Formats: sequence, C-alpha cells, structure tokens
Amino acid sequence: MTPITPYHYLVLSAALFTTGLVGVLVRRNIIVVLMSIELMLNAVNINLAAFAWERQHAVGQVFAIFVVAVAAAEAAVGLGIILAFFRNKETLNLDDLDIMRW
Amino acid sequence: MTPLWLIPLIPAAAATVNGLVGIRWFPRGLSALVATLAIGAAFVLSAGVFAGLLQAPPGERMIETLLGDWIPQIPLATANGIGMFKVTWLLRADALAAVMLLVVTGIGLLIHVYAVAYMRDEPSGAYARFFCYLNLFCAFMLLLVLAGNFVVLFVGWEGVGLCSYLLIGFWYRKTSAANAGRKAFIVNRIGDLGFLLAIFLVFYTFGTVDFREVASAVAARPVEAAGLGVLSAICLLLTLGAVGKSAQIPLFVWLPDAMEGPTPVSALIHAATMVTAGVYLIARTAALFMHAPLVMQAIAVVGAATALLAAAVGLVQHDIKRVLAYSTISPIGYMCLAAGVGAFGAAIFHLATHAFFKALLFLGSGSVIHALGGEQDMRRMGGLRTRMPLTFATMAIAGLALAGIPPLSGFFSKDEIQVRVFEAHPWLFAVALLTTLVTAFYIARLMALTFMGSYRGGPWSPVASAAAASTAAAHGVRHPADAPAHGQAQRADHEVTHGPALRGPTSMARSAGGAGDAAHGALRGAPHDAPWTMTLPLIVLAVGALAAGWAGVPATMGGSDALGRFLTPVFAGLASNAAAAHAGRGTALGVMIASVLAAVAGGLAARYLYVTRPEVRPVLALRWRGLHALLYAGFRVDALYDATIVRGTLAAARGLRAIDLRVLDGAVDGVGVIARTGAWLSHMLDKYLVDGVVNAVARGAGRGSFLVRRLQTGLVQNYALMMVLGLFAFLTLYLLGG
Repeated sequence: MTPITPYHYLVLSAALFTTGLVGVLVRRNIIVVLMSIELMLNAVNINLAAFAWERQHAVGQVFAIFVVAVAAAEAAVGLGIILAFFRNKETLNLDDLDIMRW
Repeated sequence: MTPLWLIPLIPAAAATVNGLVGIRWFPRGLSALVATLAIGAAFVLSAGVFAGLLQAPPGERMIETLLGDWIPQIPLATANGIGMFKVTWLLRADALAAVMLLVVTGIGLLIHVYAVAYMRDEPSGAYARFFCYLNLFCAFMLLLVLAGNFVVLFVGWEGVGLCSYLLIGFWYRKTSAANAGRKAFIVNRIGDLGFLLAIFLVFYTFGTVDFREVASAVAARPVEAAGLGVLSAICLLLTLGAVGKSAQIPLFVWLPDAMEGPTPVSALIHAATMVTAGVYLIARTAALFMHAPLVMQAIAVVGAATALLAAAVGLVQHDIKRVLAYSTISPIGYMCLAAGVGAFGAAIFHLATHAFFKALLFLGSGSVIHALGGEQDMRRMGGLRTRMPLTFATMAIAGLALAGIPPLSGFFSKDEIQVRVFEAHPWLFAVALLTTLVTAFYIARLMALTFMGSYRGGPWSPVASAAAASTAAAHGVRHPADAPAHGQAQRADHEVTHGPALRGPTSMARSAGGAGDAAHGALRGAPHDAPWTMTLPLIVLAVGALAAGWAGVPATMGGSDALGRFLTPVFAGLASNAAAAHAGRGTALGVMIASVLAAVAGGLAARYLYVTRPEVRPVLALRWRGLHALLYAGFRVDALYDATIVRGTLAAARGLRAIDLRVLDGAVDGVGVIARTGAWLSHMLDKYLVDGVVNAVARGAGRGSFLVRRLQTGLVQNYALMMVLGLFAFLTLYLLGG
C-alpha cells in the first residue's frame, strides 16, 4: 500500500476541477453552472489543504477557509441573481441570457 | 446794421411753414398772408439795406455778414501748389446786390399780391403749394443775389432752377406743363455744368472762391487780349452758365415753353428776376470778364443775335404769353450785349427797368387771360380797350417802355446800352437798332391784337362757359389754358385736375353747382378789369415802368445818372467802364434819335398792318410764308435740337442698351454660366469622390465590425470557453517553451 502523497491530492483536485470546468462550459441550467463553480472552488481548496499538510504550515488552511467564506457569499449573490433572472424570464436556461450581445 | 441773413431767411421760413403745414391745413387766406408778409418783410429789410448803402460814402458801400463755415478747410491742389478749399456762408450786399434786392423783393411782393387773386380758383392745397414755391424761389434768388462767393451763389442758382422747375410744372397733371418743367430743368443743367466747372477752375487758378479775393487776384494778371488763357476759359464757362439761365442762344429753348406755368410765375421768374441771374452773374464777375476781351466780344455777339432773333420770332406768335416769352429773351440779349461791351452798369440798369415793364406786361396779359376765361390766343382777342381800360392803360405804358419811347424807363436804359454799343462795335449797334424796330413792332402788334379792333373770340355767355366747364369736369380734362375764369364752374374743373381724388358723383355735383352759379356769373361774364389785388400791382408797376428810368438818366442827356454813380464802386477800376465818360454829346444824341425813330417806325408799321389796313396782312403772310413759318416755329431750333441732340441721345441710349444687353449682360451671364458649371463640377466631385471615400470608409468599418462583433455573443459560457481556450493556449506555450 503506497502512502498517500501530494501527487494523489493533485490528481483528485485536477479531476474535480476539470469536472467543474466542463460543467460550467457545457451545462445550460444556471443552477448547475453555479454548482459546478462550487466544485472548482473546492478543487482549489483540496489543493490548498494538501499543500498545507505537506508543508506543515497553517497558511494554506486559512486560505481554504477564506475560499469557503467567499464561496458562501458567491452562492448567496449568485442565487439572488438567478432568482431575479427567473422572475423576469421564467426560465433558467443560460442560452436565453444573451441580451448583452453585440 | 441790417441783419442781412434775415432777407433770404424770412421767405425760406414762410415757404417751410406753407409747405409743411399750409398745404394740409391752412385756408387760402392764411397761406397767402404768410407768403405775402414774408416777402413784404424781405422787401422792407432790402429797402433798409439799400438806404444804408445809399448813405454810405462810395468806398464803403458794402455790408458783409459771415454766418459761419460751410465747408471747413480742405487741402486741395491748385495751380500754385496746395491751397485750402474753404467755403463760408458769406452774405455780402454791395450796390449791385442792393439794386437786385430791391428788384427781386419789390417785384416779388407785387406779384405775390397779384397771385393772391389770380390763383384764387386753385384748391387750397395747391394754393398753399404755389405760395410755398414762390417764397422758396424768392429765398433762393435773394441768396443768389447776396452770395459772397461762388459756391453760395451756386446754391442760390440751383435753388432758383429747382423752383423754376416746380413752378413751370405747377399744374403737373397737364403733360405739356410737366414736360416744359423738365425741359427747363434739363436745358439749365447744361449751363449749370459750365458754371460748376467755372467754379472748379476759379479755385484751381486762384485758390479761393470769394468774389472779392478773386477780383483782386485777377487785377494782378495781364488782360488776355491776344489769346485764350485760363481767365478766358473761366469766363467762357461762366458764360455758358449765364446763357443757360438767361435763355440766350443756343440755350433759350426752355423759356418759351416755361410759359406753361401760372402767369404770376412767368412774370416773376421767367421775366423779371431769375432769367436775369445770368446777367447778374456776369456783372458780379465783371473783373474776370474785363480780363477776357475775346469772351466779352462773344457775349456781345450772342446777346445781339439773341435780341434780334428772339424779337423776330416774337413778331409772329399767336399766344400772348409766347410773344412775351420771346420778348423776354430779347431784352436779356440786350443786357448781355451791354455786358459784352463792358457796360455792366447799363446792363443792370436795363435789368431793373425791364423787370418793371416786363412783369407789368405779364401781369397785364394774365389779367386779360383771366378775364377771357383762359384764352391765350391773340387771334381770339381784340377790342378789350374799352372793357379793361386799366389793364390797357398799364400795359400800354409797359409796351411803350419796352419799345424805348421817351421818357419811359426803357428808353433811358436802352439808350445807355446803345450808346455804349455804338462806341464799341458799330455793326452790333446796327443789330441793336434793328432789334429796337422789331421790338416796337411786336409789342405794338400785341397791343393792337389784344386791345384794338373788335372782339374776335367766342361768345362769353356765362351759361355756355359753365356748360363747357361742366363738360370738362365730367370728362376729367383740364381747362386748356392756365388761367382760371371767374365762377364756381372753373373751380370744379380745377379740383378735378389738382384736387384730392374725388371723382364721379362728387365732381359731377360740383359742376352742377357751378352751373347753378351761372346766374351770379351773368353779371361778370363779359371781360372786365380784375379785382383790386390784381390791378394794384399793375398800377404800381406802371408807375415803376414810367419812372424807374429817371434813376439813371445818362449824364449826356443832362441827367444825374444816379444809378450809375451808385453802382460805380462795384465796377470801379474796370478799364472800359471809364469809357462811358468819353461819349460825345453828339454821338449820344444821334444814337438816341436813331433809336427813337426806329421804335416809332416799328410801332407805326404795326399800326398800319394791324389797325389801319389789316387786310394787307394775309397777302404779306402768304408772300413770305416760308419766313413766316420759320419764325413761327422759332427758327425750328426745337426741331433741330430734337433731330440732333434728343434723337442723338435716344439713339445713343438705345445703342448703350444694346451693348448692355449683349455685351455686359452677356459677360454677366457668362460669369454666371461659368460659376454654375464650376458649381456642378464641384457638386459632382463632392458627391461621388469625397462622399464616396467617406462612405467607403464607413462601409468598410461596418462590414469589418459585422465580422468581429459576432464574437460578442452575450452568452457567459462562450466567454468562459474563450478564457479556458486562452488559458490552454498560454499554458501550452509555457509548457512547451519552458
């Protein structure tokens, strides 16, 4: 049984980030896109926590907690925007949100 | 000291009042009163000036009033380097001016009084207008007389010309009157141009326009006896001015036509005063003329020729006023002749006496015309001696004075001229003597045709005349002659012509009223002497025509020559003036006898042809019909001028019009076409080249942006994809390059 190294964490984090990124790019539901963003943030958090553990340094963990806080705020604001959008358009499809084009 | 400036100013003020206020609001009496009082005041002041000068010693007979500067100093080039052109309102009364003042204001006053009744049948607006013009004329004439320099004299000169124009064309609705006014004005322009050029030349030569300064400057120059120098040029130009104003050959054509004006105007302006302004100008600038003997001779010849030819034309005219018009040209020719031989004093003497008797003749003829209801043709007069005894008597005195019968005024003045002419140019004396004969003949003819024999005109039934007038009123035509007859009918007639635009029923009603007035007119229908305001001037003028000559009885006849001595200081120092003293008693007596004999012969010939044996006349007229027609047409000078100058001017005008149309308009149009073509080119350039470039740039930017702006989808995920792709690109570069 090989010991768990930062390399494993990095692979896990990259997989999770890629999942989130693809979710953001290909899904059309705004809420799913928001959730995918959460995935990407947490992939970053894994990285931060893994390096904090590896280096035995608390700064990484502190950053991770900051990211969690920002993510919470982002979720709150994002959901608010989504709610307002829904009230106007009665849809959650991102393809309908194109009034800012040329 | 008499306020000299008041003399022209009072009539001018009265003219202003009458012109601005009177035409609209004054009743007849008030406007006449204002005008007559003004000229009366001027007369009183003039008499004061005259008396003042009379008392002064000969060397100091002058009053000057400087009213102020008119044109301040302007540096202008003269013959002697840069001179200062400066004109002041300088009035100067010397003996010459004083005599003229008395003539102008005295005769002017009498004629104002006469016109009060004569113009009575005018509507009140025209009445006030008439007196306004008459006063304005007096003001300008007095300014002319009192002027101390050439420019002020020119102002008066032009002013009287203007008033002459206004008064000749007083009945401006009558085409012939309006044309006559224009003719007088235009013919006078020719002379005025000469006068104006003379003023320029005077300033250029002497550097001043003041009469006294010019005279003293001239005295220092030699007499131009041999050739024509600058002084002769000035005098020639002045002569041109005098010839125009005084109606001498070749510019006399306007004066006969000027008789279209009302008769008082003819008497005042075209007989007594304005037409003598030319003679006055020559006398005023006598110092110049004495230095140009060749020009003097020319003036003498022109004067003599005018005197004889005008008198000859007067022989055959039918219109009483035309006879008098030619009879005015003729004595003025005499005055020019006198001036031409250096007898300036005699010229002024004749001017003064002529003013009396010629004004009297005109006013008398006005009375006749008035009494006959506007008839001016002497063929339809006759036998008025018994009906108008006063007019006959006064006109007879004037006629005898004109003919030069002693001891009337005309005799002395004419005789003085003839003596001087005899001494200077015996052959011109022959012309003058012949003129005397012709003059006596035509004036005797006038008197015979008008007053002798039996009446040859139509009936003077008042009903007939009223009917004629109402017909005239209904047709809106003017009475053929200028003089209104008595009665309401003619007043209606005049109002049709001059009055406000009342037409149709109103004027018909007025003429009906005129016909109703005929019963009143029945008592006044036959010709009779005019009311006292018209006869009084006749009587006063007759006294003048009788007695005025006694002021200047030449010394050779045992007289005192008071006028001559009074005028002496003005012409003192002029070489040939002294010659008068050399006149031998025998010569003077011979000339006098010849002159009187010629006058008596002329008068007797007229008596023979017009009273004793009238049946001879048609035979003579037929035998000499060519000459008769030539004289009747005034030597066809009018036709000549019409054929040459008028037609020439018109042809030139037409030619210039053609040039204007073809060349000038063509050039202007060409410029227009060029401008239009250029504008069209510029327009095309703008539209297709400049606009094309601008549009192409815009279209290029539009097309380009159409491609690029497609990137801006507005879809968040597209942007995110771009970011990721960009991130990958950079990462790839980094990793591969790293």
